[in-house]
Amino acid sequence: MSSIKGLGGRLYSGETSFNIVGNARRWYVVSAIFTLLSIGALALQGLHLGIEFKGGSAYTFTSTTATVEQARTAIEGAGISSELIVQKVGDTKIRVQTGSLTNTQSDAVESVIVSTFGVTAESIDTQIIGPSWGKEITKKALYGLIAFLLVIMLFLALIFEPKMAIAAIVAVVHDVFITVGIYALVGFDVTPATVIGFLTILGYSLYDTVVVFDKVRENTRSITSTSKQTYTQATNLAVNQTLVRSINTSVIALIPVGSILFVGAGLLGAGTLKDLSLALFIGMIVGAYSSIFIAPPVLAQLREKEPAMIALAKRVNARGAAVVNSVAVSGSVPVATATVTDRRGPRNQPKRKGRK
Amino acid sequence: MSTPNKVVKSSARPGRALAILTLILVSLGATAFVTDASEVRLGLDLRGGTSVTLQPRASTAGNEVTSAAIDQAVEIIRQRVNSLGVAESEVTAQGSGDSRQIVISVPGENGRRVVDLVGQTAELRFRQVLASGLGVPTPVDTSTAATPVAGVSESVNQAFANLDCTSSTSLQGTGSDDPAAAITACSKDGGTKYILAPAEVLGRQISKASAGINTQAGSAWSVSLTFNGEGTSAFGQLTARVTSLPEPTNQVAIVLDGIVQSSPRITEAIPSGTAEITGSFEQVEAQDLANVLKYGALPLAFDRGEVQQVSPTLGSEQLTAGLLAGAIGLLLVTIYSFFYYRGLGIVVTGSLTVAAVMIYLLALVLGETIGFTLTLAGIAGIIVAIGITADSFVVYFERIRDEIREGRSLRSAVESGWVKARHTILVADAVSIIAAALLYFFAVGSVQGFAFTLGLTTLVDLLVVYIFTKPLMTLMAKLNFFNSGHRFSGVSDKSSGVSRPTASVEA
Repeated sequence: MSSIKGLGGRLYSGETSFNIVGNARRWYVVSAIFTLLSIGALALQGLHLGIEFKGGSAYTFTSTTATVEQARTAIEGAGISSELIVQKVGDTKIRVQTGSLTNTQSDAVESVIVSTFGVTAESIDTQIIGPSWGKEITKKALYGLIAFLLVIMLFLALIFEPKMAIAAIVAVVHDVFITVGIYALVGFDVTPATVIGFLTILGYSLYDTVVVFDKVRENTRSITSTSKQTYTQATNLAVNQTLVRSINTSVIALIPVGSILFVGAGLLGAGTLKDLSLALFIGMIVGAYSSIFIAPPVLAQLREKEPAMIALAKRVNARGAAVVNSVAVSGSVPVATATVTDRRGPRNQPKRKGRK
Repeated sequence: MSTPNKVVKSSARPGRALAILTLILVSLGATAFVTDASEVRLGLDLRGGTSVTLQPRASTAGNEVTSAAIDQAVEIIRQRVNSLGVAESEVTAQGSGDSRQIVISVPGENGRRVVDLVGQTAELRFRQVLASGLGVPTPVDTSTAATPVAGVSESVNQAFANLDCTSSTSLQGTGSDDPAAAITACSKDGGTKYILAPAEVLGRQISKASAGINTQAGSAWSVSLTFNGEGTSAFGQLTARVTSLPEPTNQVAIVLDGIVQSSPRITEAIPSGTAEITGSFEQVEAQDLANVLKYGALPLAFDRGEVQQVSPTLGSEQLTAGLLAGAIGLLLVTIYSFFYYRGLGIVVTGSLTVAAVMIYLLALVLGETIGFTLTLAGIAGIIVAIGITADSFVVYFERIRDEIREGRSLRSAVESGWVKARHTILVADAVSIIAAALLYFFAVGSVQGFAFTLGLTTLVDLLVVYIFTKPLMTLMAKLNFFNSGHRFSGVSDKSSGVSRPTASVEA
């Protein structure tokens, strides 16, 4: 532990620094590959939609003796065979999923389950979804998504600056895209609970990005008057300074989600808890990545195009390439101290280099 | 840069903040006690029951789905549900404006039957009676069998002969109420069965219906109804045609959901569009019939979007799973914060406990006041918010460490770190609340439950950070254990990285 804590201090002072923003191209390439994979998976395989989206019925009943084969034979005997999926859920439950049924067909499925396996009709957990329902909730989710992006963009533009809003939204779109892509690739079922998860990722990813950007803003508030750092360097320092927090936050956020996933998948087998937490689990990891590796570099690139920032970069470069190196190259201690001397006070002894 | 021991001007009054917190908790507790809210109201997915979501659509090209029409439909369906006498049933519209859905929730095991009944929102129709008989199966192949009725198919005749109106299934409504076909149907009391002609007048062609006392007919209860233009001519034609026919073909059945509500005999052609149904009505019967005539004029048709039946067994399993997941999550977060933040873990645990108590009390009070029910998705929202809540502490602690790195004392770092962390926490929580609000606004059903608890918990987090975590830190900074930078305090020089790190790090 002590090593990580020590790392926190050195990251803060700039003594140890990961050149995250400077290597923007590398992260972009990584993300581009994932995005292309996502597009490919979406185009080739598409999403595996649950019955909530395409319409259909699901019946779950408890029977210690029933086998999947028995249930399948019984349901097919009732004349239902289209899109029939029979699964065992946990140890004692059988889940029968069908395509869209008429009321009569639905009653037939229930009565055949009742008569074959000796359960009461009331104890069958039933879910029946009309064929047009999926369109309705998809529409709502889409409206929600658009409204969310607009409102957040406006909010961040007001609280921070317009370019931060753009960079944050780029990161969010990136997250949703890759998360959905992973769903297409692996073939996880997409249910309304999954969609809640996707929408929540938006909030989470932004939340992470906001914390980083808040530090960026603090570091760059009077940047043009000092000529010590370029915008990119100041941003990179902010990312490093909040790195420990970002990691801690992600761990702390993932722990409860992981425990929902564990309990949901382990105890209940399927359903709201599992679908929601799986989407969140994947999305949060992607979100943590983008708040460090995508949002800040995009912001830095946007800002560096401004004349004031170009002028600043020239002044900084004129002061000597050494300072630039200190930020761009990790762990070069003597130069780094030159930048941050006044911060670290008397305990400013060069220590072991972070790495050679 | 700051001078090491500069005293930050502090507006910290930890005592006052903690007093406010106590006041809030006590008043929440008192409200819960006064309103007699002893337990959190659980959603149907946690205690078993049936819920149906109905998607309104225009029943004809002419009418539109309007907000008022949805309100009216909710009211009508609510009355239908209430008339069935199942306790704690709920009918609500979810969403906004004219894109709302109607959600019917019925708890317990008999929910399915109730929802089947009210969910059938078929239109009220007027059909000419072609044949009628006692509501018991007619013995086949005997001379007393009803003479096959001309003009309808053999299968309808057969169905009529077999129809047993005394069985409960026949009285649940068939759902196969095709307006263009002849059908068989039972009377509401099960005493009579009918063969009915295709529908000629529809419920929406009624503009008004009311029950009243007809003084001319010996002060008996009667039901009067008024048709609109379309209905007037249709009803006029129907009555003109059947009035001179022999029994029972001179009767017109009023059919709702495949059940004959009434089958008055037409004594004269009624071209005026105003009709009166008389007979030996009790007051309640007359009012019921008038209501049916009005309700039959439902402004909308509905598609059954989603039906969900959760058995009480599954409900309690889901509740257990949700609570277990929450407990595991909370425990692991606590362990992690002690592991990483050492002594400060006390602050994390204390704050999470206060937040948990506050949410529990809020759930009690809101359940009683605005009918808040906790669903599985809602529990998930709370658990997800544990992360957000804990993150506020992480942001604050990291800021305190930053300030210590700048050379401040702990007591001054607690204050100056707060000023900076406060901003980050506010903005980040605002994003989370916006997300929750939009989710709530746009979503249906379970998503709303999730969004509500997520938003609520985030608000509670803000409150707890302001009036509990921060004051607690101010108080703890005065303790020697923390102020002297004990190595388990979590704010030692080493933890903050201001002393010489002994371990190397692979950067």
